[in-house]
Amino acid sequence: MTETIQRPDAWFAPEPDWGTPAVEATDLATVTIDGTTVQVPVGTSVMRAAAQAGIEIPKLCATDSLDPFGSCRMCLVEVDGARGTPASCTTRCTDNMVVSTKTDQVQRLRRQVMELYLSDHPEDCPGCERGNCEIQSLATTVGAAEVRYGRPAHARREADQEAPALGRSAAYDSSNPYFDYDPSSCIVCSRCVRACGEIQGTFALTVDGRGLGSTISPGGTDFLSSECVSCGACVQACPTSALQEKSLVELGMPTRSVDTTCAYCGVGCSFRAEVRGEGEDTQVVRMIPSKAGGANEGHSCVKGRFAYGYASHRDRQLKPMVRESIDQPWREVSWEEAIETAATGLKKLQEKYGRGAIGGISSSRCTNEEVYVVQKMVRAAFGNNNVDTCARVCHSPTGYGLNQAFGTSAGTQDFKSVEQADVVLLIGANPTDAHPVFGSRLKRRLREGAQIIVADPRRIELVRSPHIEAAYHLPVLPGSNVAFVNAMAHVIVTEDLYDHDFLAERCENVEDYLGFIARAENSPEAAQEATGLDPQMVREAARLYANAANGAIYYGLGVTEHSQGSTMVMGMANLAMLTGNLGREGVGVNPLRGQNNVQGSCDMGSFPHELPGYRHISRPEVRAIYEELWGRTLDPEPGLRIPNMFDSAIAGSFRGLYVQGEDIAQSDPNTQHVEAALRSMEMVIVQDLFLNETARFAHVFLPGTSFLEKDGTFTNAERRINRVRPVFSPRQGKDEWQITCDLATALGYPMGYAASSEIMDEIAATTPTFTGVSFSRLDAEGSLQWPVNDAAPHGTPTMHVGEFVRGKGNLVETVYVPTTERSNRRFPLILTTGRILSQYNVGAQTRRTANNTWHPEDVLEIHPADAEMRGIKTGDLVEVSSRVGTTTLRAEVSLRMPAGVVYTTFHHPVSGANVVTTDNSDWATNCPEYKVTAVQVGVATERERAKHAGEELVGSEAGSR
Amino acid sequence: MSTRVYVPGDAAAISVGADEVAAAFAAQGFEVVRTGSRGMLWAEPLVELDSADGRVGFAGVTSAAAAQAASTDWASLESMSIGLVDQHPWMAAQRRVTTARLGVVDPASIADYEAHGGWAGLRRALQIGPAAVVEEVITSGLRGRGGAGFPAGIKWRTVAEQDSEVKFVCCNFDEGDSGTFADRMVVEGDPFTLIEGMIIAGFAVGAREGLVYVRSEYPHAVRALRRAVEAAYTHGYLGADVTGSGVAFDLDVRVGAGAYICGEESAMLESLEGKRGEVRAKPPIPAISGLFGKPTVANNVLTLCTVPMILADGGAAYAEYGVDRSRGTQVFQLAGNIARGGLVELPFGHTLGELVESYGGGTRSGRPVRAVQVGGPLGAYVAPSQFDLPLDYEAFAAADAMLGHGGVVVFDDTVDMAKMARFALEFCSKESCGKCTPCRVGSTRGVETMDHILAGRDIDRNLVLLDDLCETMTKGSLCAMGGLTPMPVQSALRHWPEDFHAAGAAQHATEGDPR
Repeated sequence: MTETIQRPDAWFAPEPDWGTPAVEATDLATVTIDGTTVQVPVGTSVMRAAAQAGIEIPKLCATDSLDPFGSCRMCLVEVDGARGTPASCTTRCTDNMVVSTKTDQVQRLRRQVMELYLSDHPEDCPGCERGNCEIQSLATTVGAAEVRYGRPAHARREADQEAPALGRSAAYDSSNPYFDYDPSSCIVCSRCVRACGEIQGTFALTVDGRGLGSTISPGGTDFLSSECVSCGACVQACPTSALQEKSLVELGMPTRSVDTTCAYCGVGCSFRAEVRGEGEDTQVVRMIPSKAGGANEGHSCVKGRFAYGYASHRDRQLKPMVRESIDQPWREVSWEEAIETAATGLKKLQEKYGRGAIGGISSSRCTNEEVYVVQKMVRAAFGNNNVDTCARVCHSPTGYGLNQAFGTSAGTQDFKSVEQADVVLLIGANPTDAHPVFGSRLKRRLREGAQIIVADPRRIELVRSPHIEAAYHLPVLPGSNVAFVNAMAHVIVTEDLYDHDFLAERCENVEDYLGFIARAENSPEAAQEATGLDPQMVREAARLYANAANGAIYYGLGVTEHSQGSTMVMGMANLAMLTGNLGREGVGVNPLRGQNNVQGSCDMGSFPHELPGYRHISRPEVRAIYEELWGRTLDPEPGLRIPNMFDSAIAGSFRGLYVQGEDIAQSDPNTQHVEAALRSMEMVIVQDLFLNETARFAHVFLPGTSFLEKDGTFTNAERRINRVRPVFSPRQGKDEWQITCDLATALGYPMGYAASSEIMDEIAATTPTFTGVSFSRLDAEGSLQWPVNDAAPHGTPTMHVGEFVRGKGNLVETVYVPTTERSNRRFPLILTTGRILSQYNVGAQTRRTANNTWHPEDVLEIHPADAEMRGIKTGDLVEVSSRVGTTTLRAEVSLRMPAGVVYTTFHHPVSGANVVTTDNSDWATNCPEYKVTAVQVGVATERERAKHAGEELVGSEAGSR
Repeated sequence: MSTRVYVPGDAAAISVGADEVAAAFAAQGFEVVRTGSRGMLWAEPLVELDSADGRVGFAGVTSAAAAQAASTDWASLESMSIGLVDQHPWMAAQRRVTTARLGVVDPASIADYEAHGGWAGLRRALQIGPAAVVEEVITSGLRGRGGAGFPAGIKWRTVAEQDSEVKFVCCNFDEGDSGTFADRMVVEGDPFTLIEGMIIAGFAVGAREGLVYVRSEYPHAVRALRRAVEAAYTHGYLGADVTGSGVAFDLDVRVGAGAYICGEESAMLESLEGKRGEVRAKPPIPAISGLFGKPTVANNVLTLCTVPMILADGGAAYAEYGVDRSRGTQVFQLAGNIARGGLVELPFGHTLGELVESYGGGTRSGRPVRAVQVGGPLGAYVAPSQFDLPLDYEAFAAADAMLGHGGVVVFDDTVDMAKMARFALEFCSKESCGKCTPCRVGSTRGVETMDHILAGRDIDRNLVLLDDLCETMTKGSLCAMGGLTPMPVQSALRHWPEDFHAAGAAQHATEGDPR
């Protein structure tokens, strides 16, 4: 592990900046720059060509993540045969161009321009001193020594009354919890403004004023009150210390960096952790998104960029603990004792209740290696297949549905593919909140002219936001997805908009499916009652998707978390097959995965019925591979799924559980049922960063590691295997895979690896889609998208090219069966759930960071008509009741909701959104139906309000009435 | 039948009482037609009456005089008569092409427009086809009248050659240069000409949509233009099927928000896109990637208003006017300290002296002319010693000056040219879009440096600094705003260096400096 830190290329150095983005062109131009000849694609900027020739042209407003702007005038050059001194960033290379970058004239002009900059830059700029402001060093480079205009050092920097000691101007803006804006250092290069628009797509920043009075403004307010989403793109783009991370000011410049992967959502952004100090004293100064990262290409969101502080939060439990029963206090013990206690407990249960009385749950937050050893422990050491993963409750229908249709339990594209899409069909996903970096990529494509159809009950940001307007917003009623997707397919088939050749050559079950879908019951008109959608609009949307040169489907948990989640996944696969939108860039069926390693945890054999690589446990030839390697006979029968474990626990046959990094007591549906199950078990082992809700029912607590301590791999939604590298050694003294191995060993099955790379080697040796994967290959290539094998040694960005993995694409007849969870007189509204940008899932991490600034509590969004009828106003505490439970939330009356549907997030345990969700689940995979719960909403009673908010808040509430 | 009287509705005429005059005539029972202004601003309010030989003009009519007038009794106006307007020497010596209908027609009447030769250019354009229209404009030698003087036909050809479903014609009506008002007067007095010119441009290049970007300081022009656009739609000249030709062209009027820089074409396009008016780096040129990234014709009002005549009479006829590479006519605007201010359209090639002395009649103060600024606030100051300069793009450029949009502002011998140099820099510091450093920072540093010079502090050192700054701005600025600001500064330094040393000399005098 220390080996990684000490790689010479891991030492701190910013990523190279070529000044302007790469140009894709087949024609090459030969350009001579200062006597050096280079070949570049025609249209490449002179600046980039020069950098390629090893000639660095001074620049301030140019950076290769943004379009050339031409404002700083530091990069002036001379071009033979051209008038004047053009800017090299905006001048495009043509064949046989001859450029001089160091003539007396341009050097003089650069000095004089720099003199103007210096005349407006504080002599004692703290950023110049620290090293995160380029002005002084560039002045030295271009030889601007003198400022003849005089240097009104503090002309724009008069000491603020409130912070005179800091020498900050009145305009100094420290409202954002993660970064400051200091206008005195600002050179108005607009890199921040452009980053906000071009990269993030939020357009929160602008330039105010004219001439020297021009200043960067977050829309005339402060950063926190503005539309800024705190993605950090502006801070990263800033060439001075005008926008800088608070942590950088506090800790100082980083001394080295470690390339790693974000541990939040399924986008899987690559980051450079820039750190200071060595060993135990290592501190993360900041997280900088990597331009080389395949998933994010240099972009980030507020979570990955800033919300890593939970790793060192005081709530983190760093010592193993045990207790006899859950009503007793915890007792800190040694690792040995904790492992021994756990092993003894589990063994006893197996002796008493049988081999199948225990099981394990692996985490989609953990690395592939950590997950692999958990399932190995369950199968080899527990001797059963009672292993499941939290993917059960999010994307298990994706795995099932896409496997049925195409033969692979994964999305078909890479994220970059969206750059080729012409029409995007977005169903049940809210990328700008839940997958923000992909959301920004999508927005960029939409600004370029691609169209989007949004099928979502809510008016999400992508329906309409700056420079974005959906072609169609289809507010499909929760629970009616399959009726909707069938209606789309019905139009495509009956209006003969489908791709006959594609179906004939690449699909099977074609005639049956066409006959099925053409039936009148599948028409938009027939579906209207269920979907609530205007049939005409559905027809138009279907035509738009079908007629697109490249139509791409993206979806999220709004698809999967339904009783027909798997059916819906197959329904979308049908749409893509009907229109031939598979097997090339710009198309496909693309799940937006919830957790950083949902894909990986499923790949690693976490499901009770599947060994790594989605191979069924009943297949003897597959079992043989592992039986030989592991030296144990494997049970050919699938084990228990999570809901089965709960049911069996209550029934008495399931007595012990090992839970790795999942807070089932908060995240799984019908909390009362889950708690009852946990309470009835005799040995619950929780392995986590924090004493979470589930730990309340645990007997052994094994402290886990944060991503900053892990050495391994995550696999994101595009099947991209990314390296996770440790910034510091495990805070609690043990790698997580080691804990699992120790437990297995204590159970009598010796399990051990010298390093996590050996675990990946075992995975590669036993899993056909991972044959070519190893840490050294990943280190060399940056990342790899599985399948990685002899047929695709560099991975597979686009799947199913030419042929489906299963041979022919399978058109499945997707009969719509309404959910049993329906609104009625008692529960007239439908509750659906989702995420918000600043928080992540159950909030265990983000609630322990300053991200709480934006989302301190969950709210219930409700349509004005529904609110009015119940006398609910924004800010009121309301009671939400379903047939299984009741919780209390603050209401927000919102036109984002359609009438009849209410919405909340589930980031805060106090909200208890899952207190009301039901036991309904996907017919194929048991993925819970989080998205559909019939509820009633009413203004909370005094008692509920007191319970929710505590006396203090009630007091202030009372005062306000 | 009541007698018809023509009273200008032009903003300049209104500013000296034309509305009151019109009201007074109306009260007497006259039929009042509100025309544009002939451009004889020195004669406003200029009231005209029909006669057998043409329209007779009465200069400087007051509402009191108008109130006394009756259809049979013109005695009260007799002393104000200037005779037949067309034959007045100030008018007769001009060559009115672009402004032929100005002050003659009723800008609110599409019928009047047609009666005075309107739509002839469009009819011919539709007849000869887009390629021939572009050729005709190239033949005419018409150059961009906004100031840069780029050949309009070449620009159109570039746009026509672009393979794009969507193209635009954008008319730059952000006439912000000091001492210029030709665009405003033409649009207020003859708005259909602009509409016709834009339809022809759209037809020629394959654009179905046109936008006029007009400055908010021109409310009368906005009203006149919007009224005309509405009439053109009503009469089928705009819309999905222009005069039944199958050609589609839509036109909309957009009002700016008060930034001078939006007169720079790329800043205008940014503003039209709803963004902050900020200059774009070129390339790409707007003809290839303009409004919303689509191929765009961006032309000045006068350029587009000349097009109908070129099409009606042929490019060759227009090219017969002018000299060398400056073909056709230019609409000059005389302003500042001048006896007879107004709008003078002449073929290129006449001298600057002729314009200032013969048409302008010298200064209004009666004192000698000391300096003339030609081409707006970024144009050079020209000395009377250069009055033999021919009004021609290249001749002016060779003299380190520019014709620009044809604005001519006259100063008498009381002007302090060092202060004028400071003014140029101050103007830039107030109007700079703030994008590029030489303009954003340099203009303010220039003002400060001029303040030192004007105060007599370290004059020689500061003049060196000023010179370096001028080089930085000229060669380093992103657009013409910063690039040209040194032109008035350096021309003032060149012709009137004594003004820059005056404070120093005064100081030396009081301090008894031994030098």
